Amino acid sequence: MKRLFPILSVITAVLLAYALNQALAIVQIPGVAPTERTMGDVQRIFYYHVPSAWTAFLLFMVNLVASVVYLIRRNPKADAVAVVCAEVGVVFCTIVLVTGPIWARPVWGIWWTWDVRLTTTLVLWLIYVSYLVLRRFSDSAQTPVLAAVLAIFGALDVPLVYFSIWFFRTQHPQPVIGGGGSLDPRMWHVLLINWLAFCCFAFLVCWSRYRLEMLQREVEEAHALESLVGAGAVSAKASMPLNRSPR
Amino acid sequence: MNSIKYLYAAYAATWIIHVFYLTTLVRRYSRLRQQLKDLGKK
Repeated sequence: MKRLFPILSVITAVLLAYALNQALAIVQIPGVAPTERTMGDVQRIFYYHVPSAWTAFLLFMVNLVASVVYLIRRNPKADAVAVVCAEVGVVFCTIVLVTGPIWARPVWGIWWTWDVRLTTTLVLWLIYVSYLVLRRFSDSAQTPVLAAVLAIFGALDVPLVYFSIWFFRTQHPQPVIGGGGSLDPRMWHVLLINWLAFCCFAFLVCWSRYRLEMLQREVEEAHALESLVGAGAVSAKASMPLNRSPR
Repeated sequence: MNSIKYLYAAYAATWIIHVFYLTTLVRRYSRLRQQLKDLGKK
């Protein structure tokens, strides 16, 4: 496993560089994304905005599965996977919320509008930030259970975000998959390459974060053990008769 | 439309967010390693 991480890191770095080139068309090699006719070059934000959203949704779905597994089996590893996926998912969702307005400003003429797609995405981000705040600042033994329940509610917002533009008239364009819109095959290719690169990157970050989470739990256990041993020594000392105290 | 600056801003923002997050992970990791080392000494 230790050898696999550097190999995957190199593959991911190459894939990210290739995907970046295909999206921005820096070096003109076959398969680069063409320039969109109406929006021009700014449309290339699409190759980072959409894969970031898909990766965030995927991570929130893994968080949901891990949370359900934790609620059924009380497996601490499932709980750790849930925390990790929520945290990395929030990072990708933050990117969606940052790149979206940067794209909207030159195309729509506004940074933000309170339409259904944008608002539900912001709500999704807030739910998972609340999840992370709960995990960070609550020491109760019930915290993982409460967080798992919150994760289930949070995951309900994911299909709402995706399908909101099907059911409501919004400023946001129609979805790429199943929305009836047409996308140039070269654009599709670049979009999927970027999503693959982002998935590999997210997997590596989750792997590192999982190791960090397990290490953190190890340190917390060691601290708890140390304080127990310390408390045991104090109570043993307190229970000793005064005339027989050790020198 | 002079929109190229928005394109670069979006790509830069993406990588700034990723690098910032990875930096926090590295910091947390080194802090935990130090804590483990201190516990080992005790």
